[in-house]
Amino acid sequence: MQSEVTKFLEKNKQSILTQWMTNLAEDHILREELMSNEKSRQQSEELLLAVLKVIASDNFKNTESQEHESVSDIISEVSIYRARQGFTPRETATYVLSLKQTLAEVLDKKFAGDARLLYESARELNQLLDSLSITTFETFIKGREEVIMRQTDEIGEISTPVIRVWEGVVALPIIGTLDSMRTQTVVEGLLQEIVATGSSIAILDISGVPAVDSLVAQHLIKTVSAARLMGAECIISGIRPEIAQTIVHLGIDLSSIKTKATLASALKLAFQMLNLEVRRGERK
Amino acid sequence: MSGKGGGFMVTLSKDIIEITREQDVVTLRNRVKELAVKIGMSLLGQTKLITAASELVRNMLRYAGGGKVTLEVVLRDKVTGVQLTFADEGPGIADIRLAMQDGYSTGKSLGLGLPGTKRLVNEFSIQSEVGKGTTITVIRWKNGL
Repeated sequence: MQSEVTKFLEKNKQSILTQWMTNLAEDHILREELMSNEKSRQQSEELLLAVLKVIASDNFKNTESQEHESVSDIISEVSIYRARQGFTPRETATYVLSLKQTLAEVLDKKFAGDARLLYESARELNQLLDSLSITTFETFIKGREEVIMRQTDEIGEISTPVIRVWEGVVALPIIGTLDSMRTQTVVEGLLQEIVATGSSIAILDISGVPAVDSLVAQHLIKTVSAARLMGAECIISGIRPEIAQTIVHLGIDLSSIKTKATLASALKLAFQMLNLEVRRGERK
Repeated sequence: MSGKGGGFMVTLSKDIIEITREQDVVTLRNRVKELAVKIGMSLLGQTKLITAASELVRNMLRYAGGGKVTLEVVLRDKVTGVQLTFADEGPGIADIRLAMQDGYSTGKSLGLGLPGTKRLVNEFSIQSEVGKGTTITVIRWKNGL
C-alpha cells in the first residue's frame, strides 16, 4: 500500500476508531446488554491497531506473515467472544464489515482527488477485510459449535435420578428418548439404587418419553428383567392413552409387566404389594 | 403411490432428511410431529405416525447404516396426510413376506418393526432388492383410523 496512505491511517487511528464506534452505534449493533461499551471499544482498538500494522507492513500481500497471523488471532478471539456472549452472526459479521466501511469513508474524505490511489487502497483494504470476515465466520461458527458440544455433554450427563419414594420403593422418572446408551445408564443407576436401598419395588415412570417404539419397549423389558433378577418387582407408570393404543397396534406385549397410568396409582399398587395402608388420620 | 383410494394425489410440501446417526432419530421424530400437527392430526394419529417413523428409521440405521427420509404433506380426495419415504442402500430384504410376519427378526429385536409399523399407518408399501436397498413408503391420513 502507498506509504502516504499508511501514514495517514496511522496518524488518524484515534479518529478512525471513534468514527468506527459511531458507525457501530448508528447500526445498533453495539448491544450494550451483551457487552460493555468499554469492552467493545477496547476490542475494536486492538483489532484496528492490528489491521493497521498489517497494512503498514512490507509483506502486506503475504497472508502467511506474522502480522497477518496476529490479526487473525485477534479477530478469532473477538468472534469467539461475541459468539459466546450471544451476538447474532449478522451482528458479528456487520461488526467486522463496518470497519471496512469506516476505513473507506475516511480514505474517501482525504484522497478524494486521487482516484487511482483511492481505488488501489480500497481494493487492498477490501481484500484484507474480506479475508478477515471469512475468519470471523469460521471462528464464530466454531464458537457456537463449542457451546452446542458443551450442552450435548451436559444433557448426556443429566443422570436420571433414582428417587426413594418410600421405604422399599424407588422411582425412576425416565425423560427423553431411551436409546441403547441411555438405557445402559438408567439400568445401572436403578440396579445400584435397588441394592443400596434394599428396595423390593421399582417404579419406572415413562411420562417423559415422547414415543414408545419397539426398541424402547425392548429396553424397558430388559430393565424390568434385570431388576427382577435382583429381587425387585417393577411397575411401569406414566403410560398415556395414545401411547397405550400405539403399543397395542405395534403388537408389543407388556402384559407380563405391571403397568399403571399415573405415578400415583403405581405408588398405591406398591403400597398394596407391601401391605401398607395409607389412611386419612383423625384430627385431634 | 396413488393406487388405493383411486384419487389423484398432490404433494403440498416436501422435505428430505439425511439419516446417519442415532441422534437423527430425534430430529426426524420432531419434524414428523411438526407436519402432523400442521395438518391437524389427532394426538393418537400423531403418536402412531411418530412411532412408525421411529421404527422404520431405526431399522434403516440398524440394517443399512442410514439413508434418506422424504417427508411430504400430500392431498388426495380433499384429505391431507403425511407421507414418509424411507430409502436406504443397505443389504435389502430377501423375503419380504417373512419380514412382514410378527416376531420375525434377523437381528435380535422383537421383530415387530415392519408388521407393527404397517398397523400404525394407513398405507404401507415396500420395495426391496437384495444388495441394492430398500424403500418403504407410508402414509397416515389426517382422519385415518
